[in-house]
Order: sequence, then structure tokens, then C-alpha cells
Amino acid sequence: MLDLTYEAPKAKVIAGATGDWELVIGMEVHAQVATKAKLFSGASTEFGAEPNANVAFVDAGMPGMLPVINEGCIAQAVRTGLGIKAQINLRSAFDRKNYFYPDLPQGYQISQLFHPIVGEGEVTVEMGNGTARRVRIERIHLEQDAGKSIHDMDPHMSFVDLNRTGVALMEIVSRPDIRGPEEAAAYVVKLRQILRYLGTCDGNMQNGNLRADVNVSVCRPGDYEKFAATGDFGHLGTRCEIKNMNSMRFIQMAIDYEARRQIAILEDGGKVDQETRLYDPDKNETRSMRSKEEAHDYRYFPDPDLMPLEIEQAWVDDIASSLPELPDAKKARFMSAFGLTDYDASVLTAEVENAHYFEEVAQGRDGKTAANWVINELFGRLRKEGHDIDDCPVSPAQLGGIIDLIAKGEISGKIAKDLFEIVFTEGGDPAAIVETRGMKQVTDTSAIEAAVEQVIAENPAQVEKAKQNPKLAGWFVGQVMKLTGGKANPAAVNEIVAQKLGL
Amino acid sequence: MSIDTETARRVAKLARIKVEEAALPALASEFNAILGFIEQLNEVDIDGVEPMTSVTPMRLKRRSDVVTDGNQQAAVLKNAPDAREGFFAVPKVVE
Repeated sequence: MLDLTYEAPKAKVIAGATGDWELVIGMEVHAQVATKAKLFSGASTEFGAEPNANVAFVDAGMPGMLPVINEGCIAQAVRTGLGIKAQINLRSAFDRKNYFYPDLPQGYQISQLFHPIVGEGEVTVEMGNGTARRVRIERIHLEQDAGKSIHDMDPHMSFVDLNRTGVALMEIVSRPDIRGPEEAAAYVVKLRQILRYLGTCDGNMQNGNLRADVNVSVCRPGDYEKFAATGDFGHLGTRCEIKNMNSMRFIQMAIDYEARRQIAILEDGGKVDQETRLYDPDKNETRSMRSKEEAHDYRYFPDPDLMPLEIEQAWVDDIASSLPELPDAKKARFMSAFGLTDYDASVLTAEVENAHYFEEVAQGRDGKTAANWVINELFGRLRKEGHDIDDCPVSPAQLGGIIDLIAKGEISGKIAKDLFEIVFTEGGDPAAIVETRGMKQVTDTSAIEAAVEQVIAENPAQVEKAKQNPKLAGWFVGQVMKLTGGKANPAAVNEIVAQKLGL
Repeated sequence: MSIDTETARRVAKLARIKVEEAALPALASEFNAILGFIEQLNEVDIDGVEPMTSVTPMRLKRRSDVVTDGNQQAAVLKNAPDAREGFFAVPKVVE
């Protein structure tokens, strides 16, 4: 595991007219559970289907239809809980949260208010420079997603698509342990990374498969410590909840705006109202969602259609034994086994697919060289093409082959980059390409000597200058490389040029 | 707990049930009668008694994670007062 000698990072401080303010942030992340079918029906969860195609009568709230729970969703929630070292509740239960909205045909959302399936856990969020925030997770519960309303297809009507209705969500609730906008975004990044490693949520924020509600309040320096010591929320300011954020950048902008809004109210002698707000990225402001306030009385009660959910410890243990290596452990192993820097290990483990790719390339080779090639050449080239590692035209074996050719001294580093470009655009076996296209490095000293002698003979004036100024030897090296088509071994060329010029 | 006319009005609104103003006092009194009965149940000593969730020893029924339903757009939309291009069409609701 990672060496946990982390210091906690400093809380973000905003200077007000009447003194400093600190931020206190808690988050509720809604993660769509990666399963084929919905939480309580056999309809598909596939994104992008025809409107209302993935709808069972249960999802449409037809009278008399009864929910039957999808075992896959339970397993995924348990797996997620285990991934954040959380307590798994062998007995949980479902409740109805009652409200009316066109995209909720049942008139209630089935959720787990009183007895969630996952209890307390934690997520370590690295903030650089040896600091990390340990964000405690209060709970994870399973619930149904709502449908989707589209408001811009008609001037007077809203259009409702129930394909997402009833898809399983995990609501991951944090404690108010997050102390700044950057930490909030880093927390979501880390959570997303863990979910993707576990395979319990695809983390696609663009499609809304991962979205966050952010609770923000401000307090004076020292107040948070009093809250931490006593657990008394009275030491903290009144919080506002910003709903449905699905971009790391907007999360940060919204928190910053909201904190400044609250500070302005407080410094004017006003009082912050606890309310739900929406962030408008076009105007960079948050505004009140008054309609939500009215419906805030959800009249929760246990869902009479569903018995309590009981799972067995042996089943939980089975899931635990199949957990993959998680980001923190993988990063630590990459640093110790391959000698990578903290930064390189972070980059390579950010996405699990990238980590797998790197590991295949690094197997039996120099880890640092493999990391350089994967990060600088491969990722750089993929980014240029707008490709992912999934549709990478160069296989780990091919990239490994290129690295082997350099290690064996068969090609120079410069030629290797040309070779990489050929493999990237045309494909093929690197060793064969080197052979057929005559790209092999010239290590034969007599051939290099001949080239050096030729350059010296053709440039007597430069030779004189170089004798005055040894730095000009580099010019000769360049000429020799040019003459040999870049195939000469640079170290050998350096040595022979210096020797022939008598430097 | 006692339900007044105002609370009855609020409960009706939350449940989206239209109740005429004149009917509210009678409704409030009915609520009170029901709650009174429930309060009476509170007198029963249930210390150490597990809440009963089923009259027979049953386990929550589960399904496998397999797609077995859907692809019935026409049937799903059949009862909709208004549907267009595969969507339910409702009066504009926008934040």
C-alpha cells in the first residue's frame, strides 16, 4: 500500500471584508450502477436507445406492477462498498420517497433512507506535495434514477423519456470533510477512478452516469475544528446544496461562486437560507430552485412492495475475494516494482486500461523507459489523434518491440521515434520494419569513421573554427548523423568526432 | 399529534388530491381519528419484538441481471394523454 505519511492539506481560505472565511463541503455522488438491466425491472440500461424503448411496465408505474430486485445491482453496491473499505450491512431496506414530477411515473422514488446497504468507509484524496485528504464516506444506498425531460423540442411542451427511469444508482454520501473547490473535484476524480477500477460504474459524466450534489457552507477559521471535536453542526454555517453537477470544472466554479455568495450575505449582516440551488455555467452563478423547496416534504415510508434485503456474509466474502487491485495499491506497486516517480505512477494508474497497457509493455523491460514511452510518445500521439487506449493502433507487444530494439542498440532513440510513427500509422512488426527499411543503427566504427572523415574533409573552415571552439564539435556530429540518415550510434559518433578533431 | 385544517390542506396538496375548502375540516377530523388509533397502539409494549415484515418466512425475491423486458414503446405510450415522436408530451416544466 501507499506510504501514508500524508499531511492533511490546508483548508481553502477566502478573505472577506470582515476577516477570513473557510469552506466546508460535503458531497452526494450519484453513480449509475453498471448492470445490463434496471434495479427493479428487466428493461435494459443501454444508453442512447429510442425514447421509451427501454421501459418495462414497472418502470412506467403501471397499476399492479411489482418491483423485483436485480441481484447484479446488489452485488455491484457491495463491491463498491468493499472498494472504499466500508462496512457492508447484511440487512438493508427500501423506502419510498414521495414527490411528483413528470419523469417519475410511480410518484415516488424507491431509495434506502433508513437502512442503507453500505455504511461507513473512506476515500484518500491526494492533493500533491505529500498531502492527502481522507474523506469519510457516511453511507452508500441503492435507489432508482428518474427519467429524462427534454425542454427544447417544443415551445410549450416538455418531452419525457423514461429509458433512464428505474436504472440503479448508488448514492455515495460523504461527510463534510472536503475543504476547498480543488479538493472537491479531486475527490470526484478519485471516486470515479475507484468505481472504474471496480467496474461498478462507467464514470461517464457526459452521459450523466456520474453526477454530484455539492453541499457548501462557510465558517470562520477555528469553527471547523470545534465541529470536528464535538460533531455539533452548530459550529458550521448554514449549507446550500448545488444539484446535479457533471463536470469537474463546473464543480469548482460553482463552489467558489457559492462560497463568495454566502460570504457576501453574511458580511452584509444577512442570513443564508438552507436551500437547493442550480449552477448556471453560462452565467457562472448559482440560483435557487424554488420548485424543489415546495416539494421538500418527501413523506418517506418503508416500501410495502419490498421485503428487507438480506444478504449473507459468505456472499460478501466471495465478492471481496474477487476485488481487483485498486488505484492506491497499483500506484504504490508501480513505484516500488518499476521505480517510477509519484507523478508517472499517478498518470499511468489514472485509468485502469492505461495501467494494464503499461504493465504489459513494462513486463521484462526497464520500467522507467517503458513509462517514458507510454506517457510521452504513446499518450501524446493518442491525444493528437483524439484516440483512447481502447482504440490504440499500437499493441503493447509492438511498443515493447520498439523498446527492445533500442535496448539491444539496434536503433537509436531518434530512429525509434520514426519507427514508432510508422508502427502507429501503418502497423507491422517493429523488428521486421527496421530490417526491411534499413533503419538499423550503424555501430560499425569503420563506417562511422569514414563518414566523420568525409565531413572533416569537406569542411576545412569549420575544422579550424572547431579547434578554437570545441563546442562546435556538435555541428560535426549533426553532419555525420545527417550523412548516415540518423542511423549512426550517437555515442560512437561523438567519440570519433572528438578524436578526429583532436579535441 | 393533532391535524388541523391547514395540515389537511397541505397533505392533500402534496398528494395532488383536490379537496374542496369545505371538505377540509371533516378530512382533518378523520385524520385525527386514524392517528388517535395509532397512538393507542403505542401503548403496547413491544420491547424486544422484531418488526414483522412478512407473515410467512419469505426472502426478498430476486432476478438475475438479464434484459428480459422493454421494446414496447407503443404499449408504454398507449395511455398517455399526449405523446409525440416516441416521447410523453407534458405541459412545460422547466427550472
